[in-house]
Amino acid sequence: MLSLAFSSRGKHAEPRPERPAKPAARTRPTRVLAIASAGGHWQQLMELRPAFEGCDVLFATTLKGLPQEFDAAPSIIVPDCNRNDVLRMPWMVLTIGARLLTYRPDVVISTGALPGLVALTLAKVMRAQTIWVDSIANAEEMSMSGKHARRVADLWLSQWPHVAEAEGADYFGAIL
Amino acid sequence: MIFLTVGTQLAFPRLARAMNDYAAKHDEQVIAQVGGDDADLPNLDVRHMLPPDEFVDIFRRARVVVAHAGVGTILSARRYKRPLVIVPRRHALGEHRNDHQLATAQALVGLSGLHVAWEIEDLPKLLDGGALKSADGSTGSRHAALVDGIGQFIASGGKGMAPARTPGIVSQKVVSRAP
Repeated sequence: MLSLAFSSRGKHAEPRPERPAKPAARTRPTRVLAIASAGGHWQQLMELRPAFEGCDVLFATTLKGLPQEFDAAPSIIVPDCNRNDVLRMPWMVLTIGARLLTYRPDVVISTGALPGLVALTLAKVMRAQTIWVDSIANAEEMSMSGKHARRVADLWLSQWPHVAEAEGADYFGAIL
Repeated sequence: MIFLTVGTQLAFPRLARAMNDYAAKHDEQVIAQVGGDDADLPNLDVRHMLPPDEFVDIFRRARVVVAHAGVGTILSARRYKRPLVIVPRRHALGEHRNDHQLATAQALVGLSGLHVAWEIEDLPKLLDGGALKSADGSTGSRHAALVDGIGQFIASGGKGMAPARTPGIVSQKVVSRAP
């Protein structure tokens, strides 16, 4: 899988342009890292795939075999971790950080949960565009990860109009 | 065959017991992923960790899927076009940390292939009551609006050169949810 991540990068081996004036920046497809924990989060991310049409997409989740089940390629697996399991945090942060450095996405999008928040936070430092789509399961308030994502998300979405209004998020629609 | 799935994280004894009782009175096999203790569930064919490919295989073969009101399960039922009966977890019964499953179920009433057992007593009636409809796999206008909005955001800012929030996107609050 690592080789796939490298090969998609290999086509654009030139260093990432820092100024918009360089023509190479306009011709290559937008690179999107789409990341979500296994389960409902991942399935919601899969529902958003038409939004990445024409982009060069790398998928990331926490369960081996899951991307293949959805024909999501290329893909990588990142360590799972939730807020009750802080000991694995450093490993997850390092893994996601390393993937971001090799893939260099222009956009990082996540539907949750903690691995997605970590990816958005690191991506923000690397000046990528960041999108948080809070899970439709959060019908009463934004998820814990979602609330933290506010500070690092360029586009911060709830899938419920009343939650979006209460939290100051944007609402476009919902997967269901 | 009926597939009972309540996820792997939280047990849902009220639903597991109801399906165990149902299986005692019927010949039909009930494969179950109960997310916890299965000591008192002799009539269920309990599976613990199901790898994704096995989960999908069982899901596809099921006459009907019985589940909590989890988003993942609802999306799977649409994807694999299986009839789905959901029982929302209740906060008051200690089944989840809040009542979001009740809210999800209420918002999704009328979705094709989705049948809600608001009370556990409704469950056998739903399972026995003739052919349950499957999801038709269609997606609605809320889905299209979400995908379009995100797609436009990526197209306008994806190269990391556009301003973080373009006014056009922020003002684009579309469609209100039907009651």
